[in-house]
Amino acid sequence: MAEQIGRRPHVRPITSEWIFRHPRYLRYLVREFSCLFIGAWTLMLVCALGRLSEGPQAWAAFLEGLKSPVIVAFHLVTLAFALYHSYTWFQLTPKALPLQLGDDFLPDGVIAGAHFGAWAVLSAAVLYLAGAF
Amino acid sequence: MARSNKPIVWGPFAAGGTLTAFLTPALVLLTLLAALGHAPDLLAYERLHAFAGHWLAKLAFAGVVFLSLWSAAHRLRITCYDLGLRADTLVAIVVYAVALAGTGGAVLYLARI
Amino acid sequence: MSERQVEIEVLRYNPEKDKEPYFQRYSVTCREEWVVLDALNHIKETIDPTLSYRWSCHMAVCGSCGMMVNGEPKLACKSFLRDYPGLIRVEPLRHFPVERDLVTVIDDFVAKLARVKPYLIPKEPKDVAAGEYRQTPAQLKRYKQFTLCINCMLCYAACPEYGLIPQYIGPAALSLAHRWNEDSRDGGREQRQEELAATEGVWECSFVGACSEVCPEHVDPAAAIQQVKIKSTIDWYTEHLMPWRNK
Repeated sequence: MAEQIGRRPHVRPITSEWIFRHPRYLRYLVREFSCLFIGAWTLMLVCALGRLSEGPQAWAAFLEGLKSPVIVAFHLVTLAFALYHSYTWFQLTPKALPLQLGDDFLPDGVIAGAHFGAWAVLSAAVLYLAGAF
Repeated sequence: MARSNKPIVWGPFAAGGTLTAFLTPALVLLTLLAALGHAPDLLAYERLHAFAGHWLAKLAFAGVVFLSLWSAAHRLRITCYDLGLRADTLVAIVVYAVALAGTGGAVLYLARI
Repeated sequence: MSERQVEIEVLRYNPEKDKEPYFQRYSVTCREEWVVLDALNHIKETIDPTLSYRWSCHMAVCGSCGMMVNGEPKLACKSFLRDYPGLIRVEPLRHFPVERDLVTVIDDFVAKLARVKPYLIPKEPKDVAAGEYRQTPAQLKRYKQFTLCINCMLCYAACPEYGLIPQYIGPAALSLAHRWNEDSRDGGREQRQEELAATEGVWECSFVGACSEVCPEHVDPAAAIQQVKIKSTIDWYTEHLMPWRNK
């Protein structure tokens, strides 16, 4: 009769090393970090609304205050993160909202492509209506 | 297992993530242009003040601010946990409070316009 | 056929003798077309018979041979040596306790799988004499992808949330529950929601997507989980905002 082998399962400790185990985990964190910049920019939007409500001088001061290299750099970084957020969000949308037409599902690329298309049209409309071009 | 109330916070997160995906890059570009000294026409005081005076625009601004801040807050909460910060309830309270405070501020300012 | 001398570093752990796991290096003469599993079998047959690991079909359908190969969750029978030109480090599947060498304790997954009731719960009782269930190709395609799961647990090893939150039900169990929810013959969604809509269900997922990337059968558990999240959210809001619709 075989003896009962002593079991002593070893639990490997969890550290933050998982982040570096594969590039996909770093890409995930980059995607998640977009929230810091989008959030910060939105808080800036709130401040802008505050200045706007205080009158023309306050608003002019706000616009002047934007014209600094730090603010420009912040905007460039935020724009990059915002675009990455958009890109990853549209790529993931077909996974969350698959569309079955007839027997088959609409290919992921079609759903994502439609989102990118709508994004392009909407962005162009916003920029045009705002007088950016 | 009891059903979670996570949908309360996840619903606005998903809506906010979608909204920011569609809208934020263009809006950031607008203020970037202003920062570069080429503020678009809409950002001139008279035009923007008139635009923001309309109740529909106020509703839109409030909605954009709330959803953007909320989805950013929720994502930050998750990321803090991912990076080893285990006090989830505390982090949640802080981030959602900031989102709600920002929204409250926006609503107050918009009411004065 | 050409041969290649391969350096393989394997995690060893004998609970009766070792305090801690350690790495043991083997130098193995392999054939170029081999997979990691072939190398392990060769080690066990000719160099070190004490090496322990799970395997069965050797063709990526049984799900037994999941392990970490150079830090990535892989099926050993599907990891070609030609894709690993240098040192090959083999470890037990991450996020599971190590029983011995490359053998993990999989009880947690098995328990969670049982909890989600991954079997047909008919809408109403149906006598065998009443005949078969009929299903159109469209109805089959709706859930077919999620049936391909071979329970290999690579997704659990890849998922950082499962690593950080041990009570999380995890990708495979959640997508297998979704597989039954989407099956037109099934009526058990309400029952499964008790597990799926709990905090430890879909709500610990942050859509990293690693699970779908490592899945050898292209099940796409990440997609299944997001779909359950959306349905659960709609459920929650209709239940709380339109209580007159509740049964």
